[in-house]
Amino acid sequence: MLHIPISRWGEPYQSMETDRVVHFQTGEVLAEVSRANAALVERDMRHARRAREVLREIPIRELLAMLKKAADLYTRAELPLGNGSQTPEQFVRMQSATTGMPEHMCRFNMEKNHFVLTNMDKILDSLTRGLDLEILCRGYGVESRGVPISFQCQSPVLGLVLPSNSPGVHTLWLPIIPLQIGLVLKPGPQEPWTPYRMTQAFIEAGVPKQAMAIYPGLGDVGAAVVNACPRSLIFGSSQTVEQYKGNPRVQVHGPGFSKILFGDDTVDEWEKYLDLMVDSVLVNSGRGCINCSGIWVSRHGRRIAQALAERMGPIEPKPPDDPQAQLAAFTVSGQAEAIYADIARDLAQPGVEDMTARFGPRLVKQERCAYLRPMVVFCSSPDANIAKKEYMFPFVTVVECPQEKMLEKIGSTLVCTAITADAKFQRALADAPHIDRLNIGPIPTIKLNWLQPHEGNIVDFLFRARAFQFDKDWIRI
Amino acid sequence: MAMTAIPAATLPDRVAAAREALDAHVREIIQWHFSPETGTPFWLDAVAGTNPYLKLDFDPRKEIHGFADLRKFGFFEDEWLRGGPVRRWVPRAYQDRPIYVFETGGTTGIPKTRINIEDFRIDYEQFSETLPDEYFPRGANWLMLGPSGPRRLRLAVEHLCQYRGGICFCIDLDPRWVVKCLKRGWVDVAKAYMEHCIEQALTILEAGHDIKCMFATPKLLEALALELEKRGTSLRQMGITGIFCGGTEMTSQWIRFTIEELLGPGIYIAPTYGNTLMGLAVAPMPRPQDHYKITYYAPQPRAVVEVVDFDDYNRLVAYGQEGRVLLTTLTREFFMPRFPERDEGVREPPCERFPWDGVSGVKPFRGFAATTTVGVY
Repeated sequence: MLHIPISRWGEPYQSMETDRVVHFQTGEVLAEVSRANAALVERDMRHARRAREVLREIPIRELLAMLKKAADLYTRAELPLGNGSQTPEQFVRMQSATTGMPEHMCRFNMEKNHFVLTNMDKILDSLTRGLDLEILCRGYGVESRGVPISFQCQSPVLGLVLPSNSPGVHTLWLPIIPLQIGLVLKPGPQEPWTPYRMTQAFIEAGVPKQAMAIYPGLGDVGAAVVNACPRSLIFGSSQTVEQYKGNPRVQVHGPGFSKILFGDDTVDEWEKYLDLMVDSVLVNSGRGCINCSGIWVSRHGRRIAQALAERMGPIEPKPPDDPQAQLAAFTVSGQAEAIYADIARDLAQPGVEDMTARFGPRLVKQERCAYLRPMVVFCSSPDANIAKKEYMFPFVTVVECPQEKMLEKIGSTLVCTAITADAKFQRALADAPHIDRLNIGPIPTIKLNWLQPHEGNIVDFLFRARAFQFDKDWIRI
Repeated sequence: MAMTAIPAATLPDRVAAAREALDAHVREIIQWHFSPETGTPFWLDAVAGTNPYLKLDFDPRKEIHGFADLRKFGFFEDEWLRGGPVRRWVPRAYQDRPIYVFETGGTTGIPKTRINIEDFRIDYEQFSETLPDEYFPRGANWLMLGPSGPRRLRLAVEHLCQYRGGICFCIDLDPRWVVKCLKRGWVDVAKAYMEHCIEQALTILEAGHDIKCMFATPKLLEALALELEKRGTSLRQMGITGIFCGGTEMTSQWIRFTIEELLGPGIYIAPTYGNTLMGLAVAPMPRPQDHYKITYYAPQPRAVVEVVDFDDYNRLVAYGQEGRVLLTTLTREFFMPRFPERDEGVREPPCERFPWDGVSGVKPFRGFAATTTVGVY
């Protein structure tokens, strides 16, 4: 049996309690993962400062070179995993088997991580707006115009409470090591694979193992990570987002509620953008926060919903190793059923219509898992409950709403693709504080420019600009 | 004349003897609670058909001959313990005695209440006999790092300490406030309150009271030990040699981590499982060779712990199998037959020291786990 231990700053620790990670179709136990306890995490944080210190001994440019090497190791090498090892193909199969994601999507996510690691120098250059990274390392520097600048690191480590359902999120923590900040990872229960494989690739590439810790466990362990780390990044539901709202120590990544908005000037040409809409909803089985869950139009709503339903409604579950598989399975018992029941309640409201109903049942139960086939729901009014929902499968509402009311009604939106050339509307969109990533023009919501910040700039979260004056005859650092 | 050694009773003999003692105890308790002279109004009314919560269609004094017959009562519902008049739980024989009332739950709504006269003293005096004097020295002073207020634990720990000849120092701790904070998502407020509790404990420990023993809930124990470590010291260096721990779930990993990393050598930890309704089930100090398994044994015959099938509470699970914990309390002050506890665990076989069933791996019952908020207590 493959056993994956807790990694206490690189030292394996086998817990008295383990959780089994199971293949969602066969029930085969793929690994036993040691379960940490909260106090163990808190106690280990006495070494958090050491994590940063060992990284600061390595110049940032060398860490960036290590990441490039790690990218190749992560995608190509057989790497140690617990009491065994893992090839890239085994990684893909295991990740698919426990998260329910089709294997080709897991491979795609690997490539995405590889891209981010190999382009980290450019990404950091963008996120820091061209700052000489040595200034972050040293803590201060002087701009070309002669003004001293200083950035104060807010935490020796970044805590991460990671999800199970979307292997795509791991790109967010890849820039941390070259910023000379340690990692404290709490993997999602069904997705221990990426944190272990990635940190192992880092170690093989030369990153000191004392800079990274991994604590698999239950909710108390996630809470301990957030409690013990001065800065944490967590993934969760709207409730989690609400809980940590305004907490400067925590950056929360919740549901995206990403949307496509058509202006009155373009909505009559909606058919030209059908592929863009389908891709935005369907790619990665709709699991990402950047997947579109709402299309807002002032007219043609029913026809658009009908056209989307015709494209996506017939899609059926396929085995995870099928290259044509477009749907991820729900591997947590009862989850798909609960989501479907929630949707069914909202469908009872007047003015709400499931346009995919005629393509057969949406909930497909299998022996050990369930699927939800794509759903397209038409809403004649933005006030329908379902217009504000997002689920982790290809689910989209097409909402009819006058253009002048859209910004007032859409609510929090992570990615907004606005298909409009109306300057007044564009200005209002650009000024809207509840829109994070704004795409103006026919850009799919799922198309990311990696050189731009995502849900807040991670560098700003970890470093604080402050005044720093020094006398050159006195300074010794 | 040659002396003949009397063979020590085998474990099966001791199990059978314990069972006989339990059956006899059940008969005595039933007579007590259902006799018009000594009985408890709640139970007498149930037989008379005047109890709005429960009606019994049999005479327990005639039909209950042993523990197995308690099945006729069905299952005790803790809702019966909410609200007044609390006197309905006081046996007639004790109506003129000073009565304590201890509460359980109550973060929101009406708490459950159990009356007490001497039970908490008897239970903790019995528990005292299980504590090794080497680590819990007679005459040593204690720190009570647990809940204050209308809790049995507060008085019981103080009595335990006094019974062993010491003086008990306590902190102020309202566990309901902590649970309320956590339910409202006020994590920082709950954390600050925890720190406030730990500060009180440190103040007592540093005040020269020569404290050697303590009670602590698992969360408070780890918080205290971690704070001491941050300050460059330890529980051992503060003079602590014995810790009685209880109040919430302890896993094998937790106890192993606590023993190995928070306590170190020279400190004995006595894990317990219990509550206001039952009393105190004890466990020998967990050991590495047993994989730090914590196996609790109830103070039979005053209380009995059974592990029953999740779908059929009338059926005991096999040894080594998981099930829901079913509690029965059998004292002259309180008769509580077959209460499905909010916990589950694994049924453990009798052992030499405790020749009756035990329970290990205790954790919140899976049917409630998602809705249970564990605070500091």
